[in-house]
Amino acid sequence: MNPEERHIFSVLVENRFGVLARVAGLFSGRGFNIDSLNVAETHDRSISQITLVTHGDAQIIEQIYHHLNRLIDVIEVTDLSTGTHVERELVLIKVATDDPQKRTEVLQVAEVFRGRVIDMKPASLVLEITGDEGKLKAAIDIFNTYGILELARTGKIAMLRGSEF
Amino acid sequence: MELSGAQILVDSLKREGVEYIFGVNGGAAMPIFDALYGETEIKLIPMRHEQGASHAADGYARATGDVGVALATSGPGATNLVTGIATAYMDSIPMVAITGQVFTHYIGSDAFQECDVIGVTRPICKHSYLIKDSDEIADVVAEAFHLAKTGKPGPVVIDIAKDAQLHEALFQYPESVDIRSYKPQVHGDPVQIAKAATLIKEAKRPMLYAGGGVVLANASEKLRQLTLKTQIPITVTLMGLGAFPETHPLAMEMPGMHGSCCANYAFTDADLVIAIGARFDDRVTGDLSKFAPNAKKIHIDIDASCIGKNVPVDVPIVGDAKSVLTELNKQVSIADIDPWRDQIQEWKQKYPFEYEQKADKVMPQYVIEQIYKHYSDAIVVADVGQHQMWAAQYFKFTEPRQWLNSGGLGTMGFSLPAAIGAQLGCPDKTVVNINGDGSYIMTIQELVPAVTMKLPLKIFIINNMYLGMVRQWQELFHGKRYSAVDYHDNPDFALLAQAFGATGLRVEHTEDVVPALQKAKGITDGPVVIDFIVDEEENVFPMVPAGAGLGDVIRGLS
Repeated sequence: MNPEERHIFSVLVENRFGVLARVAGLFSGRGFNIDSLNVAETHDRSISQITLVTHGDAQIIEQIYHHLNRLIDVIEVTDLSTGTHVERELVLIKVATDDPQKRTEVLQVAEVFRGRVIDMKPASLVLEITGDEGKLKAAIDIFNTYGILELARTGKIAMLRGSEF
Repeated sequence: MELSGAQILVDSLKREGVEYIFGVNGGAAMPIFDALYGETEIKLIPMRHEQGASHAADGYARATGDVGVALATSGPGATNLVTGIATAYMDSIPMVAITGQVFTHYIGSDAFQECDVIGVTRPICKHSYLIKDSDEIADVVAEAFHLAKTGKPGPVVIDIAKDAQLHEALFQYPESVDIRSYKPQVHGDPVQIAKAATLIKEAKRPMLYAGGGVVLANASEKLRQLTLKTQIPITVTLMGLGAFPETHPLAMEMPGMHGSCCANYAFTDADLVIAIGARFDDRVTGDLSKFAPNAKKIHIDIDASCIGKNVPVDVPIVGDAKSVLTELNKQVSIADIDPWRDQIQEWKQKYPFEYEQKADKVMPQYVIEQIYKHYSDAIVVADVGQHQMWAAQYFKFTEPRQWLNSGGLGTMGFSLPAAIGAQLGCPDKTVVNINGDGSYIMTIQELVPAVTMKLPLKIFIINNMYLGMVRQWQELFHGKRYSAVDYHDNPDFALLAQAFGATGLRVEHTEDVVPALQKAKGITDGPVVIDFIVDEEENVFPMVPAGAGLGDVIRGLS
């Protein structure tokens, strides 16, 4: 077996009914992995962008690239992992803060990760943190020690740096 | 002028030059069938089962190269089309499948005869459309035909809500189609083509390996030029048979599981494999780790995802086979490989397809040989199973589109309806349907439209009273435990043919084979069915067992 690599694909698609199902169906039908998937309209409303994180050996990654291109509604496929790129993900974390001291600590930790408090209740608060995979993992690990009540993340979005597009 | 959506559909199909629509009527498609009533430019062919409609459209497309059209209602009508759509998809056949859908306001409500056809067909078609408005119909039809026949061809599904069929809209057919996300690459990269030419020049043991893509691209003439110019031996796959004449000295015949020993040994010893419109299917390669271990590979294919999928490739060329071969042919000359050619000839002579004539048995291979003798120019439509392999081995195809079969999906029941489509598409040709007793009965109902239309089909059943290919595997790999393959309860197919209104003959002795075939030749006012009762336990050889390498082919006769 060849070594597995993590790849981020940016897929521009027609903003049409059923396109996401075609992309997702391609992955399930051919046994490719989806680690994270994010879909939203671009500045051109007729086009949506799918950011898809997957992993596999070089041959699988090449197959994924070609099969995505084969879908009729796919306008352009870019393997962002082949160039230098920026990637971000946003996570909402509801942390238990059942006593005032815990709350103070959580707020201090949030500061370290440049998190924003977007809701606060007597026994919990909701933090918003943005970052790459490593940062979010570190944050989640720490908040786990205080007790995470609920967590939601967007999946990654990414783009190539300025001159490479 | 405003027309109903159904009328817009029919007028759009006329603009695409559609001659025939194969269909079965039903509730959610009634407005379309109504618009076809009395229509003379497009002939509606009512089939007896939607699967038959999709295979007939497919057979029409395979025989003519034009887009075949199938039509069915929603729900069960659409799901019955599915096998035919998947069959066409696996073999890249241009087809448009049109299904009625329930009224827009019922979609998603589990309405009567509702089915998510787009969802069901998503992995088995090139593209699909759900139409909810009459004014989308003309544009969608134009796009669907464009997609079906360009690039790598394939079936396209159009699902039309009943209200969109009924509502009126302005008919305006697009002059051209431009899909921003769909630009198939036709011309190969010149640098890669030059690299291929260099490898061909340097090779000492090169072989050509051509597949169905050559037929689909209408590139047979270019393939012949390449072969004759370089004098490189060639093997043509099950899907490509006829792309190069099997009667030519350079032809090694079909490769793979039941292919010729010569072609399989050639793969094992070659130092260069030039693949053209072939996809290194597992039935061709056998164990990949033992496949062409010493060979560099050139792979010409319209579909980039096919290249490097199963086998690593040294020179990938994405492009249309006709265009790429036209360029490649300019850069090649006769190969200096006499010892290799001698080796190929030796294998060819030493290991031809052969069988033992058992006493008092009609041998299936003998029947095929005689069919070939009597119908060498015919279009042959085979079904799936032992008879298909014997037909591929013993009938020597010389022209593209002369051999039609479900190679990829291996759909039993394909051939009788496909033969109907082929006969309508090629009225001046003789169409021979070589069928098995198991596959024939799967779509036997389509004998009805064949009789009604008085199609002069020659339907030859190689009847061994078994699901023969499965029985062969059971004999070899399952200790002769013949589970669910005993078909001795078959009806009398000759009598049954007569009940349908066709001519039915039964042949039980070797000496009756030729007279029956001659008699069939004379029957031109309708289908003739000959039930050849053949040796029950004859096996298909040579055989590369599943998981073995091509060099380990079992020749059969010791």
